[in-house]
Amino acid sequence: MLFALAVAALVLVPVAVTFSSFARVEGDILAHLTEFVLPELVGNTLWLVFGVAIGVGVLGVSLAWLTAMCEFPGRRLFDWALLLPLALPAYVTAFVAIGLLDFTGPLQTWLRESWGLTGLPEIRSRGGVILVMSLALYPYVYLIAKNAFATQGAIALEAAQSLGLSRTQGFFRVALPMARPWIAAGMMLALMETLADFGTMAIFNYDTFTTAIYKAWYSLFSLPAAAQLASILILFVLVAVVFEQRSRTRMRYGAVGRGAASRRIKLSPALAGLALLYAGAVLAAAFLIPITQLALWTRDVIAADLDARYWAFAWHSVLLAGMGALMVVAVALLLAYAGRQRPDSAMMWTQRLATLGYAFPGAVLAVGLFIPVAALDNWLIDTGRAWFGFDGSEILKGTLLVMLLAYLVRFLAVGFGPIDSGLHRISRNIDEAAKNLGTGAAGLLTRVHLPMLRASLLTAATLTFVDIMKEMPITLMTRPFGWDTLAVRVFEMTSEGEWERAALPSLAIVIAGIIPIILMTWRGAHSHG
Amino acid sequence: MKPTLTRLLAALAFTVAALPALAEEVVVYSARNEQLIKPLFDAYSRETGVLVKFITDKEGPLMARLKAEGKNTPADMLLTVDAGNLWQASEEGLLRPIRSQTLQANVPAHLRDPDNEWFGLSVRARTIVYNTAKVKPAELSTYEDLASPKWKGRLCLRTSKKVYNQSLVAMMITEYGEGKTEDMVRGWVGNLATAPFPDDTKAMEAVAAGQCDVTLVNTYYFGRLMEKSPNLPLAIFWPNQNLKNKAAGVHVNISGAGVTRHAKNPAGAQKLIEWLSSDKAQNLFADVNLEYPVNPKVSPDKTVAAWGGFKQNLINVKEAGSLQTKAVKLMDRAGYK
Repeated sequence: MLFALAVAALVLVPVAVTFSSFARVEGDILAHLTEFVLPELVGNTLWLVFGVAIGVGVLGVSLAWLTAMCEFPGRRLFDWALLLPLALPAYVTAFVAIGLLDFTGPLQTWLRESWGLTGLPEIRSRGGVILVMSLALYPYVYLIAKNAFATQGAIALEAAQSLGLSRTQGFFRVALPMARPWIAAGMMLALMETLADFGTMAIFNYDTFTTAIYKAWYSLFSLPAAAQLASILILFVLVAVVFEQRSRTRMRYGAVGRGAASRRIKLSPALAGLALLYAGAVLAAAFLIPITQLALWTRDVIAADLDARYWAFAWHSVLLAGMGALMVVAVALLLAYAGRQRPDSAMMWTQRLATLGYAFPGAVLAVGLFIPVAALDNWLIDTGRAWFGFDGSEILKGTLLVMLLAYLVRFLAVGFGPIDSGLHRISRNIDEAAKNLGTGAAGLLTRVHLPMLRASLLTAATLTFVDIMKEMPITLMTRPFGWDTLAVRVFEMTSEGEWERAALPSLAIVIAGIIPIILMTWRGAHSHG
Repeated sequence: MKPTLTRLLAALAFTVAALPALAEEVVVYSARNEQLIKPLFDAYSRETGVLVKFITDKEGPLMARLKAEGKNTPADMLLTVDAGNLWQASEEGLLRPIRSQTLQANVPAHLRDPDNEWFGLSVRARTIVYNTAKVKPAELSTYEDLASPKWKGRLCLRTSKKVYNQSLVAMMITEYGEGKTEDMVRGWVGNLATAPFPDDTKAMEAVAAGQCDVTLVNTYYFGRLMEKSPNLPLAIFWPNQNLKNKAAGVHVNISGAGVTRHAKNPAGAQKLIEWLSSDKAQNLFADVNLEYPVNPKVSPDKTVAAWGGFKQNLINVKEAGSLQTKAVKLMDRAGYK
């Protein structure tokens, strides 16, 4: 419990810094934003959240059901390949989608010049943003829901059928409701990332709450106003999270059993063909086409841009993401486990607060952490100077410690989601049995739960690893001198609009991110047997 | 698990903590990209033996960082890609005035801070680019004219969130005041052929493809695009050349630098800025990104020179900063996204 509180307190540091901005309210800026900017973008944001929720929900759940429960040609390939979009930053998908589908893109140019056709729906639109975000983020839902279906889907369906329900009824009335906590966990991650997103929104020039936060800061030079808006965003997320949690705690979930492999639904040839087409189309749109475009751009710049330093960039990325993922998984496990030991409302609040960092716009979180760290550092330096004649300008800031803590604050939700829902799936009867056999809390975790959680831990580690690889604002603000990563390279190129040159580091990020995804699927497959 | 983790991190922290360097060192916080500054810093190190350490980030976070670090900041110099942010840094007390005959001589008065806290190092000109198949240069005249009804459905613009458009509008405010400028921006918005683009290149591609006829861009984006696709039907037009008021001349912004208030090595930072403004460094600084040298004695790259000469707007670029907030609010009111 103490540990959980400590973690929550850490996350609350940037939250507190952000909220402290209310000490200085810049009335004219807020009044201006409220009058001319906010009305439209609140609507924009709600539409976006609503659309992405439906998009990732439909894509994630349907694909998870198909690969976990059905048999169709290419299923084994799709099973892991459908996760690959995770490794692709959403802004890359966005840039490629606009490049291909906008007025100036090859498709419209061809239609116009060969057929005189115009009037295709505008990609730079609300629908376009929702489509791209859904394609980029559905793997969160897919991954977590797939695990749920794989372990309980078949039995749920059998039970439903034995009660006389059709397969479709069984899916909608039994399997889907049973998988709800996992689907919700995945959707929560996707929506928090959507709310905090800046890069994709900038490419679409789609104004959301987060773009207004950056407008207040970068264009109107008011960090306090930006922080005040960020506070409102965070409150909104907190309310949504609590609301979701409330409706969930009324249900109790226990595992039903495991292993669906032998009882997959054999689809008719026509349905199997449709399944193949559908999964193939999603994979192509979300991954194959963007990655091909990246590869083509990379080919143009690789001779000029690839130099020996890339090994260092890649090494820094992998090292930071690896250390960050380990730390996040360890802390998330302890936090989730504390919740299992003490499932009361105080603990629930602690968990919710501790995982809020993911909904913060990245740069605001980075500043919220940087300000207190710099203050602490200043104190340490002054003390060091007074007592030991220390001569220098940074102690903590010059280290990776700050960076890793910042990653922990930001990505705890990403690790916590899969682990917590994995823990929920372990029946409490098992705990009782273990306790009756004289196993203590520690033993219960290490000897009983950990082995059962392997897939969830692997999922959490992979998601976090890939997210840290892609992360930009925290890395930029807290990296020590010389610690440039692949994501920093992407920033260097894109900030001056050199998208083609950004393809090289982006592709390197994707490749480095694919490795753990494949590893995870491989290990996952083996641990399921 | 927890103590081990803590110990591991503490160990890491100490191994990675920077050791004091022996050679003279200048530390730069830069919003100008690594690929644009590293060649210069390397050349400076070779020439003087001074080591230049730098960190890149956006201006906002860099300034927040300087502020939070206060007197213990490691940074000696702040380098940005627009005057607005330098003005803001100066407002926040993050810079210090420097006295330098060299900089006074090398940097024209309208491209540096009147209080000598920052100095332009390269010029970024924001001009009109048009489709040569659809527009005759004689149809074009000024930024203001792009608001007239004859451009209805023919204009493409980059988003108003980009600082270059904000400083352009700020310049208009100095001459016309907020009311008239707002009308002009409304005129632009009314003439748009399609929603604003996220970057200049996309806007030019739309002009080339015939989605619209004219747009406003920084010249180096034009140079970059034409280098890649030389056959695009695009050309540069220099606006506002015949005006007699304060809005006369092509709108320019700067990439520039200042010495931080709490610099550990202010003399070293000043020397570096002076060197960057000198004849030998100016070409390297500007040419690498097809920008214009700030030093009038230095001629631009030949690709850039081929676009022809033009009169610059002579309003001090600091107005880009002091009027930026007004410009942004005005563009919000006018519905310029």
